[in-house]
Order: sequence, then structure tokens, then C-alpha cells
Amino acid sequence: MAERFFDRLLSYRWWVIAAVLLAIGVMGAGARLLSFSNDYRMFFSADNPQLQAFETLQNTYTKNDNILFVIAPKDGRVFKASTLATIEWLTKEAWQIPYSIRVDSVTNFQYTSAEGDDLLVRDLVKDAETLDAEQIAAAREVAINEPLLVNRLISPSAHVAGVNVTIQLPGEHLTEVPEASDFARELADEVRQRDPDVDVYLTGMVIMNDAFPKASKQDMQTLYPLMFVLVIVFMGFMLRSVSATITTAAVIVMTIVGTMGLTGWIGLRLSPPTTIVPVIVMTLAVADCVHILIIFLQGMRRGLARIPAMVESLRINLTPVFLTSVTTAIGFMSLNFSDAPPFRDLGNMSAMGVIIAFVLAVTFLPCLMLVLPVRVAQVPADGQVRMAAFAEFVIRRRNLLLWSMAALIIALISQLPRNQLNDVFVEYFDEQIDFRHDTEFAINNLTGIYLIEYSLPAAEGKKISDPEFLRHVEAFADWYRRQADVLHVNAITDIMKRLNKNMHGDDPNWYRLPDANDLSAQYLLLYEFSLPFGLDLNNQINVARDATRLTVTLRTTSTEELLALERRAKEWLQSNTPASMHVDGASSAIMFAHIGHRNIRSMLEGSTVALALISAILVIALRSIRIGLLSIIPNLVPIGMAFGLWGLLVGQVGLALSVVAGVTIGIVVDDTVHFLSKYVRAQREQGLSPEDAVRYAFSTVGTALWVTSAVLVVGFGVLALSTFELNAGMGLLTAITIAIALVADFFFLPPLLMKFGGMRHAH
Amino acid sequence: MRIEGWLLAATIAFATSAVLAESDVDKGLAIAQEADRRDTGFHDFRAELTMLLRNRQGEESSRVMRSQSIEVDGDGDRTLIVFDEPRDVQGTALLTYSHKSGDDDQWLYLPALKRVKRIASSNKSGPFMGSEFAYEDLASQEIEKYGYRYVRDEEFDNQPAFVIERDPVDENSGYRRQLVWIDKAEYRPLKIEFYDRKDSLLKTLLFKSYRQYLGRYWRAEEMFMENHQTGKSTLLTWKTYEFQVGLSDADFTKNSLKRAK
Repeated sequence: MAERFFDRLLSYRWWVIAAVLLAIGVMGAGARLLSFSNDYRMFFSADNPQLQAFETLQNTYTKNDNILFVIAPKDGRVFKASTLATIEWLTKEAWQIPYSIRVDSVTNFQYTSAEGDDLLVRDLVKDAETLDAEQIAAAREVAINEPLLVNRLISPSAHVAGVNVTIQLPGEHLTEVPEASDFARELADEVRQRDPDVDVYLTGMVIMNDAFPKASKQDMQTLYPLMFVLVIVFMGFMLRSVSATITTAAVIVMTIVGTMGLTGWIGLRLSPPTTIVPVIVMTLAVADCVHILIIFLQGMRRGLARIPAMVESLRINLTPVFLTSVTTAIGFMSLNFSDAPPFRDLGNMSAMGVIIAFVLAVTFLPCLMLVLPVRVAQVPADGQVRMAAFAEFVIRRRNLLLWSMAALIIALISQLPRNQLNDVFVEYFDEQIDFRHDTEFAINNLTGIYLIEYSLPAAEGKKISDPEFLRHVEAFADWYRRQADVLHVNAITDIMKRLNKNMHGDDPNWYRLPDANDLSAQYLLLYEFSLPFGLDLNNQINVARDATRLTVTLRTTSTEELLALERRAKEWLQSNTPASMHVDGASSAIMFAHIGHRNIRSMLEGSTVALALISAILVIALRSIRIGLLSIIPNLVPIGMAFGLWGLLVGQVGLALSVVAGVTIGIVVDDTVHFLSKYVRAQREQGLSPEDAVRYAFSTVGTALWVTSAVLVVGFGVLALSTFELNAGMGLLTAITIAIALVADFFFLPPLLMKFGGMRHAH
Repeated sequence: MRIEGWLLAATIAFATSAVLAESDVDKGLAIAQEADRRDTGFHDFRAELTMLLRNRQGEESSRVMRSQSIEVDGDGDRTLIVFDEPRDVQGTALLTYSHKSGDDDQWLYLPALKRVKRIASSNKSGPFMGSEFAYEDLASQEIEKYGYRYVRDEEFDNQPAFVIERDPVDENSGYRRQLVWIDKAEYRPLKIEFYDRKDSLLKTLLFKSYRQYLGRYWRAEEMFMENHQTGKSTLLTWKTYEFQVGLSDADFTKNSLKRAK
């Protein structure tokens, strides 16, 4: 039946080519709808509890997306007229950044002091150029002793200063982030031109959000062409046929166009993880093409005419190629279990790509091959000779191989626990990306960008001006300040203490919390009257005035350290404060700290479901429960081994690696399917012994297997060059897994089959 | 010839626009002056006001206070505000001498400290009592504090109105400009749009339920301020307006702050 279908198909080849081109064109038109997501929140599903906690906190207080300019004078002295003038200029100009609602720096810091019964509120530095050395030294003294500034907008040694711009994005258009970031970058250039004695670095959440599409576009410009060239060279070398190579190139281009176009029609937004879909799809499409073209060319070399050779190839390959496409798609679709939407998109887009590639490989590819001239070079079949020798080796040494492979498997899998979860979001970007480089400068010299934030509620019926509550807040802030890795703690109590001092003639003995409820409340009122544009107490106090925000800035810490610190803080709150204050910390850093855990858990479920489905498909397709179940071992073992090897070599896993099991399971299974289908056919149709069936399997699909595996390893290996560490890690681990899977299929599966895989009904 | 021709045309165009701009400036100023004239001479008034603050989450909180003002010849008004709620700031009082130019003078009385403190600050744009009103939005609107320009005629809320633009003179102002809708019949502000320093729309203030006092002075009972950038809003409600209640300068001194409970 399949033969008749393919005969008809090939006889209408021009029509088929035209129809396929039209269909791909219609799909591809959707590509103009594609856009890039530029919000780090894209990594979190709407029901992610850490995201919800953080959103609640941000809605209660002022949102704090920001752009931070780090100003580093080359002589290491911020407090001199020229540098201060530069900071003052930037502080004024930064108000022009789109969506900015507040600019803070050492120059416009609202310095309060007392003079008799006068409370003086002024910019700490104004008209910097006119200041004399004494005034500058006085300002320096104030700045480096001000808890609100040190390690936030000025370094303790005053060698680097920051200008922080609070940005409130309406969140309606994708252009908002680049608008603000580009403006900030131009401003930074202007600063460099005005004052060549300073270096300027740019960081902050808005700049990070802007870096996502930038990193993706950089990936597109490097990875896509590289992968394409590699595929062409590889196919040219393997197939030794110009037409076959052109046809493969046409199929992969059309697969990509179709996949990305459909993505546009569906309305998915591109993200760094989905940027690599074309590379994945390219790789998988090549595998389909290889299987069909190799058999076709073999047929022609044996002397068959073109059409019979193609029909024969399609007949042999239709079932396994279909089967492997379905299992691969299932594997990718298991990514829908992921808690991170970009990986769901990655899974669905790749699954679409796999299906499109399959359809093209069995329709467009044979038709195009038949309209192109094919000259078959007579190449010696040394590949098959070598495969036969290899089969003999495996059969002879099967016991040794079985046990030594088993030992290797156990040894590697035992290294699994070495992997530690780590999702430090700045490290998602490669060092080539400015954001990573500038942020590391900021972290090493000025302040951190990892925060833990708390909304601390006062006891029932009390306001935040309650003296007991304020004492608890102060103690909590002090506790945090004593912890390693804590750079800065922002608490309302510091403002209270300063005001108390100001109201008592700047007597340092009064630098302490007011001891009456009314006094605190009235200080806050006074403080509010002194605040400049853009700043209000809502930054730190909720509207109802019964909760206050406390923000902790950390040095770069690993996910485990961050979570441990947050846990200890919770314990401290539980044993030292009233029940109302027993709250969890929330922040983007906390969100990322949990994302690895959450995804690994959800992806374990996803991969298990995928494995069960795939195994069921194999049992049905191979019509053998025994062989089907046996296939689970070579399907599952490589991923365990790869993670074990990763534990030995790298030791850190995170969000991206949690999806590797899902991605690889559907791919790894392909080799097993091809090998087992030949093995089973040999036993069933020819009644061969397990040994001879192994020989047959090696000789028919051995070459195709290592070729496709090599393509896959190269394809995913290319991803290791991504500027986005999530993609690089995922690509590398996937490549390792596929390589290990090939080793397992060649060295472990055959001995396993010879020991346990005798077919009962074979005679 | 060609170059001279262009130059001539450009000069004429420039001159024309300058003349037009000049007349717009005059017209804007005239409208502001007329509005000011109609609102001058009330001598003094007293009122109670309530502020309802609301954040993006819809959480609400209220403030209650009393206010009294007196006109000063040749200078800005003097205003005394006494806070009643929240209870922990009850009795706190703020006295302001606004000036036609330069920083206003402000004194604050803190009952818990039993002291009057002068606040010396150039900040005018900070939030008033945590609301969306900046101090400069509520302070007396002296003509000299802005430059004016007539923009267009436009109907607002079924009332014919002038739209004028005013640019704050004070460099510490948080605004680049404001657009004010003034009704042609009574010269009352109906709506003000506030644009921040980068000229994006920051806030909109709507005046509602105007009532006339002493047969002459119009006061809005409700002023609704919405911040478009943060999603927060404040509803300011004025109650029990009383005009010419016999206040004198003696009611607006540092000492009167402590007495005003």
C-alpha cells in the first residue's frame, strides 16, 4: 500500500513540490509576527508561588525595576569637583530616560541636618564645580557614613559611585525596555565624552531584560550560519552527492521557515531558549534526510533506477522514521510539564519542527531528489565492512562488554549527587555580553544586584510606628548586616534614627529609635514633607502604614547559599519576633533560586510520562513486550550517565539542564528504535539467532546510526557556543547524552539482547 | 538668488511663528490673570478635608485634616493645616508662607516633641501626606510661579474651555509643564495634566462638584488625582467651606501652630 502511495506521489512530483512550497510559504508568512520577550519574568509561569509573592510585594510598594550607572573615576576618587560635576550632570539628565520615575545618587541625596530648631534639607552636593576642598571633604564624610548610601550608591572607600534610575514600565509594548536601555546607553556615552576621566558601567534589571533579545540575536547571527555550514559540509562528505546535499539543505531551510512561521501564527514570543529551536530542528531534520538518502543512494549504487531506489528507501524507512519522529515529538512535548514557559515553547516548537521535518522528508525530499540530476559515485562499501568487523568484535566480547559497561554505568550514575542546583541569573549570560561584564564590575566595586526583600507587617491593629515593632525591624536589619555576603540593608529604622538625631540638634546620642508611637508617626510625616519629587514613603511603607519593606542586597552567592541565608533569616524571625513578622523573603533572586528545584520536580514527572508513552509505543511497534521493556534500559541509562559525568566535570545544574532529560529521551530512543526494529525483523522474518540478528542490525543501520548521532552531537554541540549559558549548558549536556547513547547502543544493547533478548516464538 | 530666497522665506516663517507665539503667550497669561483676579479678595477661608489614598492593589487609606488660609497683599497666601487622622499624627500642624518667588517658608509643629521646627527645603514636589498630590499642587497658585501659553479651545465635560500650558519657573519643580483646562464661563480649572521632566504624562487632576461661595468664589468639592505611571490615586474631598470667618495674621504665626489643635 505504501508502495502504491509513493509511486503516485513521485509521479506527481512537480505538483508535490509546488504544493509543499506553497504550504511552507503560508506557514512562513507567520514569521513577521514573531517578537522577542524582554522580561526576565518570562521564565516564570503565572502560578509560580515565588513570582506571585514578589508581584504582591511589588504592588504593595513601589516597583523597583532599575538602571544603575556605575561611575568609576580613573584615579579612584569620586569626591573631587570634576567627578562630582559629572555625577550631578548625569543625575539631572537621567530624568530624561523614558519611563524613569526617580533618579538617586550621592549628589541629589537629601541630606538632613539640624540648626537650632531648623531642619535643613538639601542636596548633598549641589553645583559641584563651585565647591572648595573643605566642602567636598565634608560631603565625602557624610556619604561614606550614611547607611542609605554606602554599598549602594557609593563604595566604602568612595572610589566608585552609582546613579540609580528607578524605572516603571507600563508593560504594554515590547519597545519599552529597549527604549529605556538605549537612552541610558547613549547617556553613558555622553558621560564618557564629557569626562574622559571616568569609566561608566551599566547594569540593573532593565538592562538585563534588554540583554535577553540582544543575546538571542547574537546567537542567531553566529549559531545559525555555523550550524548550516556544518550540516552542508557534513552531508556533502557523507553522501558524496551534490543533489542530495542541496535537497537536504532545502528540507532544513523549509523546516525552519515552517516552524518559525507557525510559531508566529500561534503568537508565541521568542525567548533565549526558543532562539535555539532552528538549530535543534535543523539537526533533527538532517537525521530524517540521512536515513532516506543513504538507502536511496545505496540502492542506486546497487544498480537500481532512481524511482525504484526511492520507493524502496521510503518503504524501508517510513515506519522507523515515522516512529522516531513521533517519539522525538513526545519527548519534546514533555517539556510542557516545565514550570518555565520558555521551555514549554521550546518543546512545542521543536515538536512542530519534528513533524514538519518528517512530512517534508517523505514528500518533498523524494520528489526534489527525482527532479535533480543524480550521479552515483562508486564508493567502496568500506563502511559496511567496518561495521561487520565491529559487530564481530561486540559478539565475541559480549560478556566483557556487558559487565564493564554495567560497571561504567553504575560508576557514572553514582556521581549524580555531585550536581548542585545553581541558578544565578547574571551567569545566564556569557562574558561576551556587556551586561554580564558591567554587572560583575558593579558587584565587585559598588553593590550587588541580588536582593532579598521583606514586607514586614506590624502586629494586628498596630501601625509601623509602634516602637516595639520598630525595635524588631532594627534587630532584624542588624542581624542581616552581620551575615557574610550581605552588602547593604535598607530599613525604615535608619531614617527614623537619623530624624531623631536631627530633631535633637544633631546630637549623636539621639541616633536611636524614638520610643513613642506618636513621635515616630510624626517624624514620618515630617520626613514626607522633606522628600523630593519621585520619592515617597510608599517605597518603604504600605498605604495602610501597617507594614514596611526591608531590602537586603547580597554579593553574588550560589543558589544554595541564598536559600540557606533566607532560611536562617526565617528562623531568626521565628525565634525573635512576634508571629506577624514570620514572613518569607521575596525577590527575583529568590524566584530564580527556586526555579531549578521546581523544574526538576516537574520535569521528572514529564520525562516519566514521556518514557512510559514511548515504551508503550515501542512495545506496540515491535510487537514484543520483552524487547520493548528491555529498550527502557538503553533509553534511560544514557541520561543518568550524562548527568553523572556532568557532576564530575561541572557539578552545577539549573533550570536549563532540568529539561535535558525530556529533550534527549525522544532522541536517544531513535537509535534504539532503528537498531531494535532491524534486530526484531531479522529474528522474525529470517529466523536468525540473536547473534546473527545483531550482525544484521549492525550491517543495515550501523552506519546510519553513527552518522545521525554524529550530526546530533555536532548540532547540539554548536549550542555550547551560545552567549546564553542556559542554551550552552543544555546543548552540551544533550550532546554528551546522545554520544553516550550511541556508545550504549553499540556496546551495551547488543550484549543485553544476546543475553536476554531471545525471541520466544522465534524458531 | 536661490539661497537668499530660501533665507527670506525662512525669516518670514520664523518671524510669523514668533509673532503667533507672542500672542499665544499673551493670551495664556491673560487667561491666568483673569482666573486669578476672579479668585482674589476672599480674604480668608476655612475648610475640612479628607484624602483617600489608593494603590495599584486597590488598598485604601485615609487622612483627615483642617485647613485655613489668609490672603497677603503683594505675596502668596498663608496656610495652616492641622492633622486629625491618623490618630498618631493628631495635632501635628503645618504652617506655610508661600511666596511669589523663591522658596516658601514652612514650619511644622510636632505635638509628641512639643516643638515647632522650621523646614528649610527646596523640595516642592514631594508627596503631600503620602498622597498623589505634591506640595506644589496644593500650594497657592501664584501667577508668577509659571510661564503661560494659550494652546487651544476645547470642550471639556460639555463646557467650553480654554486649554493653557503653564511651565513652572522654579527649577526644583518636578514638572516640565502642565496643561490646564479652564472653563470659559467662570474661569475655573476643570482638569490639569501634569507632565514630568521628560515630558511624559505623569498625573491627571480632575475638579468635580464646583460650588460657589459668597456669590463669587468657586471651590471644587472633589479633586481626584491619578498617577498614570504608578497606578496610584488620591481623592481629596473638601467639606464645610467657610469664607471670611475673621482670621487675622495672628492666626498664622509659629505660636498659633501649637494652639491649633
